[in-house]
Amino acid sequence: MEYSTTILTGFVALYIFMLAAFTGFEIIGRVPAILHTPLMSGSNFIHGIVVVGALWALLNASSLPEQIIGFLGVLLGAGNAAGGYVVTERMLQMFKPSSKSPKAKE
Amino acid sequence: MNAALLIDASYFVAAFLFIYGLKRMSSPLTARSGIVVAGAGMVLAVLASFLYTLDVNEAAKPHLSTNLTLALLALAIGLGWAWRSGKKVAMTEMPQMVALYNGMGGGAAAAIAAIELIGYKTHGSISLSLAVLGGVIGAVSLSGSLIAWAKLDGRINGTLRFNALQLVNGGLLLVLLAMGAYIVWQGGAVSMPVFAVFFALALVYGVMMTMPIGGADMPVVISLYNAFTGLAVGFEGYVLNNPALMIAGMVVGSAGSLLTLLMAKAMNRSVANVLFSNFGAAGDEEQGEMAGSQKPIDAGDAGINMRYATKVIIAPGYGLAVAQAQHKLYELVKLLQDADVEVKFAIHPVAGRMPGHMNVLLAEAGVPYDIIYDMEDINNEFKDADVAIVIGANDTVNPAARSNKSSPIYGMPILNVDMAKQVYVVKRGQGKGYSGVENALFYADNTQMVYGDAQKVMVSMIQAIKSLGGGH
Repeated sequence: MEYSTTILTGFVALYIFMLAAFTGFEIIGRVPAILHTPLMSGSNFIHGIVVVGALWALLNASSLPEQIIGFLGVLLGAGNAAGGYVVTERMLQMFKPSSKSPKAKE
Repeated sequence: MNAALLIDASYFVAAFLFIYGLKRMSSPLTARSGIVVAGAGMVLAVLASFLYTLDVNEAAKPHLSTNLTLALLALAIGLGWAWRSGKKVAMTEMPQMVALYNGMGGGAAAAIAAIELIGYKTHGSISLSLAVLGGVIGAVSLSGSLIAWAKLDGRINGTLRFNALQLVNGGLLLVLLAMGAYIVWQGGAVSMPVFAVFFALALVYGVMMTMPIGGADMPVVISLYNAFTGLAVGFEGYVLNNPALMIAGMVVGSAGSLLTLLMAKAMNRSVANVLFSNFGAAGDEEQGEMAGSQKPIDAGDAGINMRYATKVIIAPGYGLAVAQAQHKLYELVKLLQDADVEVKFAIHPVAGRMPGHMNVLLAEAGVPYDIIYDMEDINNEFKDADVAIVIGANDTVNPAARSNKSSPIYGMPILNVDMAKQVYVVKRGQGKGYSGVENALFYADNTQMVYGDAQKVMVSMIQAIKSLGGGH
């Protein structure tokens, strides 16, 4: 059986956008302020997925300007993803509960 | 095996891992594994996208080996540079690094839009509109984030303000929208110079929008640009028919928007107010002289008084982090705890340079998060505290925000440190806070000032307490 990529247009795309927006809203909505900075950094990492789109654009480039812009796009996207990961990981490494009182805050 | 199926399946798994990872990041207990989960999703998605090489456009086939080389080179440079810089950066400089990486993501989204547009690859008014919109938002996020980074990093000082600035910016935005509409109207068939001017204007707009905003408001702005990049990525995902970009981008777009609103609310200001008001421009001359005087006290004496207190609440600010005093502070806290003093940290929502930034800085010093309290959870406890000690904070503890209607920070919620029996303020000198507002707290009857570098003050306090000897 031949598989072909599903084309996400019109309402299908709208549904995806809507559900994704609610998901983001719900995840942040109940977060203690203590995690706001790591989460901002974490979400910063996640939009580093843009590197995948830039890769596609570069691999399909057929002129010099496209190759130059594509190269920059992949470079910037990779920086976003890698930098976002390292910084978030470093921040989160520090969250250790107190050893004296193991009970959680809530 | 069908490559397209493999790619789509990988993206599906990656999207799941992103959302699950973010969910784990939203609780302190599971946060550390959350980023690893999301990271696995990223690696999977990037690896899968190399399968694109098996199926590229006819026009791109002759260039495939060049393109692949370029792609690997760009990945290696971007990854290598960001990895190194991310490992090296000090915790106090985290906010500007987040701004920088975020701007890079915006730039990547704008690059995708540019390739789609100049290659005339996008058709249909919805795709074109989203390509154009994502391109503008991405470009604004890139240049705006770079300005935010430069400001927080101290590379640009001061703010650019002139009377007609908002007018100029408004005009610029209108021109951008009109050009975007024109591109869509023409079905994308406009000449290269039009695209070049379009993207250049978007970059200029990002600069002009960010320049007038003061450093104290930068956290809100960075969070806003984070949401912007998310949106841009989501829109370009639609253009490329890539569900991973659509989902990840839109999740970040909405989460970032909410975070921006929460941050602005914590400062009792609207996002529009942050972006378009000339906060802190007026002020200095209309503030009268403060009644009373600042009363200094020796650091050692203050330390000994804390040793014999029952309850001490610490209100840390950015000054603590700048002086790199958080480790010494925690040493002091442990000494106090050994002497059966109840010690709590009170964190203002905008302490540090981003919400939660202070928590990160304290966590770095090993302070357990369960003695750290948010403002609303601890504000009622100050009246029962024997000592409240303010270290390197200023505007967030200024009672003028509660009482003085003419103060520029009136209405901002503050920590009620002035209600403690005794207040110690550790401060380098007699200067004003980030907003340039005089602080009534420093002149209050129950306040004493400990002048000096926060780290040296902590050391003096520790020595004074240790010199008292063990005995509980």
